[in-house]
Amino acid sequence: MAALEVRDLHVRVGDKLILRGVDFALEAGKVHALMGPNGSGKSTLALALAGHPEYQVVRGQAFLEGQDLLGLLPHERARAGLFVAFQHPPEVEGVKLREFLRLACSERGKGFCEFQKAFPQALRRLRMEEFKGRELNVGFSGGEKKRAELLALYMLRPKVALLDEPDSGVDVDALRLIAEVITEMAAFGTAILIITHYPRLLEHVPPDEVFVLLDGKISDRGGPELAWKIGEMGFEVVRR
Amino acid sequence: MSKVAARLSKDFVERLSWEKNEPDWMREHRLRCLEIFEKLPMPRFGPDLSALDLGDLTYYARPVDPVRRWEELPEEIRRTFQALGLPEAEQKALAGLGAQVDSEEVYRSLLNELRAKGVIFTSMEKAVREFPWVQDYFMKIIPPEDNKFAALHGAVWSGGTFIWIPEGVEVEIPLQAYYRMQTEGVGQFEHTLIIAERGSSLHYIEGCSAPRYSRTSLHSGMVEIYAKEDARVRFTTIQNWSKNVYNLNNKRAWAYAGASVDWVSGSLGSKVTMLYPTTVLLGKGARTENLSFTFAQEGMWLDTGARAIHRASDTTSRLISRSVVQGRAKSVFRGLVYVASEARGARAHVECSTLLLSPEARTETIPVINAENDEVELGHEATVGRVSQEQLFYLMSRGLDESQALSLIVNGFVSPILKEIPLEYAVELRRLLEMSFEGAIA
Ligand SMILES: Nc1ncnc2c1ncn2[C@@H]1O[C@H](COP(=O)(O)OP(=O)(O)OP(=O)(O)O)[C@@H](O)[C@H]1O
Ligand SMILES: [Mg+2]
Repeated sequence: MAALEVRDLHVRVGDKLILRGVDFALEAGKVHALMGPNGSGKSTLALALAGHPEYQVVRGQAFLEGQDLLGLLPHERARAGLFVAFQHPPEVEGVKLREFLRLACSERGKGFCEFQKAFPQALRRLRMEEFKGRELNVGFSGGEKKRAELLALYMLRPKVALLDEPDSGVDVDALRLIAEVITEMAAFGTAILIITHYPRLLEHVPPDEVFVLLDGKISDRGGPELAWKIGEMGFEVVRR
Repeated sequence: MSKVAARLSKDFVERLSWEKNEPDWMREHRLRCLEIFEKLPMPRFGPDLSALDLGDLTYYARPVDPVRRWEELPEEIRRTFQALGLPEAEQKALAGLGAQVDSEEVYRSLLNELRAKGVIFTSMEKAVREFPWVQDYFMKIIPPEDNKFAALHGAVWSGGTFIWIPEGVEVEIPLQAYYRMQTEGVGQFEHTLIIAERGSSLHYIEGCSAPRYSRTSLHSGMVEIYAKEDARVRFTTIQNWSKNVYNLNNKRAWAYAGASVDWVSGSLGSKVTMLYPTTVLLGKGARTENLSFTFAQEGMWLDTGARAIHRASDTTSRLISRSVVQGRAKSVFRGLVYVASEARGARAHVECSTLLLSPEARTETIPVINAENDEVELGHEATVGRVSQEQLFYLMSRGLDESQALSLIVNGFVSPILKEIPLEYAVELRRLLEMSFEGAIA
């Protein structure tokens, strides 16, 4: 059984139909990549699967380890094991990063003691020790926000992780770090989907499968070479 | 006094005074207040009070007789106090505790150690009867002419606490009073008078609650604090009145040279609240801090504020407010700072932030800052924030349900004030907040 299976997904935002029949599956412990031009609907896909109220699923199905996802509320999807790293994580004033992760972890069934140990360890792993007392994303630079998303991923250990551009705006060292963490999470068994524009990150984390989103559908799929080709020649390659 | 008296009249006021066995000065004071009350208009600003019928209140009720031990209280009220954790707090965290139901005190205790140091912690009635000098303090900070509800209070006050801290005595653990309105349609008018002599210190805590009725009730208490030279007084109120209560209070302090007075107010309940704790900084170097937290929910109008009157040099005030508004509700914060011409070197800071949790929520901040000399330092900040759909969704997408997400945001927002509230109350406040969210969302 696939960790995540999406069938014929149609999603509307406002009165615009953005996804028009998306099909794909993610396997546990494997890394997948999703590429597509700006505005093709990659973030729409991630947010619709997470249950964002503005992204309306008008047709199709999604299953997490066989469990119907689309009938669940956003927090129920998370508790079932779905994780989305946001392309643009919002700043939440007054809420401590630590307090937020503590609550989120306890909803994933992790005890306080476990958290006490895991949090400092995760901070070290992401080289974010000095963010311990900070408010959630408040005043974080673009790259720091990306690392904080990975920190949450690392703490929550989900079954399926949709990472929306975890590499945009991050420096060379952070890119390597993010790649390591993703590799580690895949080894742990998480099914991973990396949404990205550039092969740069994928060179560090070679994907098992690459999907291309075009005109509201998965127009192409293939091995890592598809990503390299797009990196070199753009989406003309797959448009033909 | 019979257990219940319904109508407000000269006859009622005289009877009340007679039953309480008061000295002449108090009877005359009450009658004078009643006359002033009849002449004064209703407040000309703030919430709509037209649904408050002053002719349809029970002005005196004594449903429970005083006891010496908690176990002697009638079952229902004993359970209420137990659920509120009062007997436990008395054991663990308090130096003294008074509890009042409707118009009269039902219980009071004070640590022997404080009694031995000369601390007086007694009912207001007893103080009026036993200490003639109380006359020099009673309603001298807030005279009846000040406003209609001050005058009404002066005429019909019943219950409340008198505290006198001798020179240099520092009361390290808080004293507490709890006010419960039990009878439907009752008016509660307790009077709290605190005199902290030179160099003494005190933390006083008030808690308030009432069961919910359909009929309107009125709570109109008065607090007067005298903080003499170098004394330190902190007055904390957490009110969780039910939504049929009009909560219209007068609270004012005089801070002499070097003294400090802090007001901490958490307003979570009531239909309408009007509450503007005021400190008059009378002596050089006096300080005041006013921390207010309000949580206005569906149908409520919480009109609060803080006033600092600087009348001497080098005085300092800090007025900080955090309001959260949910549903069709309104919060107003009136921050008033007045600096007299002689108050050179005064410093004042007013800061109010509001968090709106729904599109229908309303808020207003009305700062009035008025300085009569130039050698002052004044700061003012006001912010209004909304919890965005994006923030909520972000938190929920990590596994928090809507009420967890909201209360996390709200807790973060009010934490600068919660920090200042005694631990047991901060815990209680958080619990009340969470319960409100669950209720509001369900
Ligand atoms: N709330 C919205 N209201 C209207 N249009 C929207 C909304 N959200 C997204 N869209 C539109 O939907 C389309 C898909 O957007 P989406 O963010 O999913 O693209 P994307 O593939 O993630 O692009 P990028 O690579 O730039 O991140 C775009 O045309 C965008 O303008
Ligand atoms: Mg995007």
